[in-house]
Amino acid sequence: MEKIIFKKPNSMKDALTHYCAGCGHGIIHRLVCEVIDELGIREKVIAVAPVGCAVIAYDYWNFDTTEAAHGRTPAVATGIKRVYPEKVVFTYQGDGDLAAIGTAETIHAANRGENITVIFVNNGVYGMTGGQMAPTTIVGQRTTTTKKGRDLKRDGFPLKISEMIAILEGAKYIERTAVSSPKEILRTKRAIKKAFEIQIKNEGFSMVEVLSMCPTYWGMSPEDSCKRIEKDIQKVYPLGVLKG
Amino acid sequence: MKTKNRILITGNEACGEGAIQAGCRFYAGYPITPQNELTAYMSKRMDETGGVFIQAESELAAINMVFGASVAGARAITTSSSPGISLKQEGISYLAGCELPAVIVNIMRGGPGLGNIAPSQADYFQATKGGGHGDYHCTVLAPASCQEMMDLTRTAFDIADKYRSPVIILGDGILGQMMEAVEINQKSRAKKQKSKPWALTGCKGRKPNKIRSLLLKDGELEDLNRRLQKKYELIKKNETRLEQYKTEDAKIIIAAYGTSGRIAKACVDRLREKKIKAGLFRPISLWPFPYKALRKLGTGSTKFLVVEMSTGQMVEDVRLAVQNDKKVSFYGRTGGGIPSEEEIMEKALSLK
Ligand SMILES: Cc1ncc(C[n+]2csc(CCOP(=O)(O)OP(=O)(O)O)c2C)c(N)n1
Repeated sequence: MEKIIFKKPNSMKDALTHYCAGCGHGIIHRLVCEVIDELGIREKVIAVAPVGCAVIAYDYWNFDTTEAAHGRTPAVATGIKRVYPEKVVFTYQGDGDLAAIGTAETIHAANRGENITVIFVNNGVYGMTGGQMAPTTIVGQRTTTTKKGRDLKRDGFPLKISEMIAILEGAKYIERTAVSSPKEILRTKRAIKKAFEIQIKNEGFSMVEVLSMCPTYWGMSPEDSCKRIEKDIQKVYPLGVLKG
Repeated sequence: MKTKNRILITGNEACGEGAIQAGCRFYAGYPITPQNELTAYMSKRMDETGGVFIQAESELAAINMVFGASVAGARAITTSSSPGISLKQEGISYLAGCELPAVIVNIMRGGPGLGNIAPSQADYFQATKGGGHGDYHCTVLAPASCQEMMDLTRTAFDIADKYRSPVIILGDGILGQMMEAVEINQKSRAKKQKSKPWALTGCKGRKPNKIRSLLLKDGELEDLNRRLQKKYELIKKNETRLEQYKTEDAKIIIAAYGTSGRIAKACVDRLREKKIKAGLFRPISLWPFPYKALRKLGTGSTKFLVVEMSTGQMVEDVRLAVQNDKKVSFYGRTGGGIPSEEEIMEKALSLK
């Protein structure tokens, strides 16, 4: 008898994604979908896609999904969740969406203890617009708007928004993970599952920050991108549970 | 008994009550004068009716919470005043692009910038000509009394749902803060809401729904825009509203909306006392603007006087309708100034 050892999650449409080689978005999409399958909540999920590389996530996800204006993602999720407290509502956001243009919405959704889940993909750049500096770009990192590398004097510090959110009383569970190796990918999946479970138990705001690769705008191979997360990025953004 | 259903309330509260009567159970807003009574009223009424009230962190958040509620199929409203409405424009454009119903109330105050908190009608262009980016229109309704604040807000939800399109209630600080007796329309409460098979409710028993305005494939966005235009043609046909007062034989027709329209109405009677055949043309829907009705009015010698609390915005639509600039005059006050009956009379008499 044949044994199925690999299949697409039900929550994932049978489509090829538009993501670049070695990009972390595809992995993270899949993890979210696997968790939704395992929790049996596909028919109760309402997702909010960001403006960013993941803008057409609804073409890959096999559950109800809406777009949101750039950064307003948690406000849109708030509106949905308050109308349907019994549904499972999550946002999927890049670092520009979550930690620059949408900082206020993110912090206030967390602070209200909004019972939603946020999947925060930190790739350290603005992918969709061509690799500009993000609030999370680390010092010295070259981008199209920091040609000589992020300069503290000119560009300020990398923003550790998960640490900021972790101190808010409304935030229930905040964890930072990575998708740079199979081991970290499994940890990320566990964190995403926990975040959804917290919402299902009505416990409040949950967020998983995932350190993710952007080989295209980091100007390196997928393999080196994974190494960079483990060598350089995690020094600025250490992994672990920040709250919960 | 009829008197039982009459209550004395402010325009702001009447507007909120209209929303409640329409079955709206979702409010998000951020404080700004002169509409604070409305936010406070909704806080109380949403509690009483089991609805959702959120004091948002900004107008940006508020309009996008309303976007989310609308995505989920709820009747939702946000209210603000001019500077706050400027902040909502991106969200309104997204509502139009995603074909989502919602009601947005602007109790206008003096601008530009922080301006002042006195009444104004200077956001006519913003409301009727777009406001946000892209090829879209909102239906814009302009009440002129507390009763209309209530009734038009209730109607706004029906229009928004019917056409899946945002509707703006355009009031001003006077309308918001004055008190009048208002007749509560009990019957309308029972009105059934349209079903919304497009809403996101979780995909149980159906294919997933998606809501988006991003259309990247060749021609897709042009198709959406053509579809929106068709919808706007329907709205023009079905939802044009106006009041005409003594216009049949009028030689001077004052065109004014909202508070200005009310002041102008008093002037019409005073002019008639002076044996001057005056009339009032008061658009209630500012978009769609009642061009056709206005074009039909008057004879060759009829003069039109447009009165606004702005330096002249609706006057452009009146000129478009009348198609004879020589016949159209304008009187406006701005920056919080209110045209007095005397000023309007003087201007009208000078046209004779
Ligand atoms: C109001 C507004 N400003 C700017 C943009 C352009 N824009 C689109 S995506 C984006 C940044 C996306 O970066 P991030 O959130 O980090 O996600 P990524 O693409 O890296 O996944 C920007 C600035 C926009 N669409 N809307």
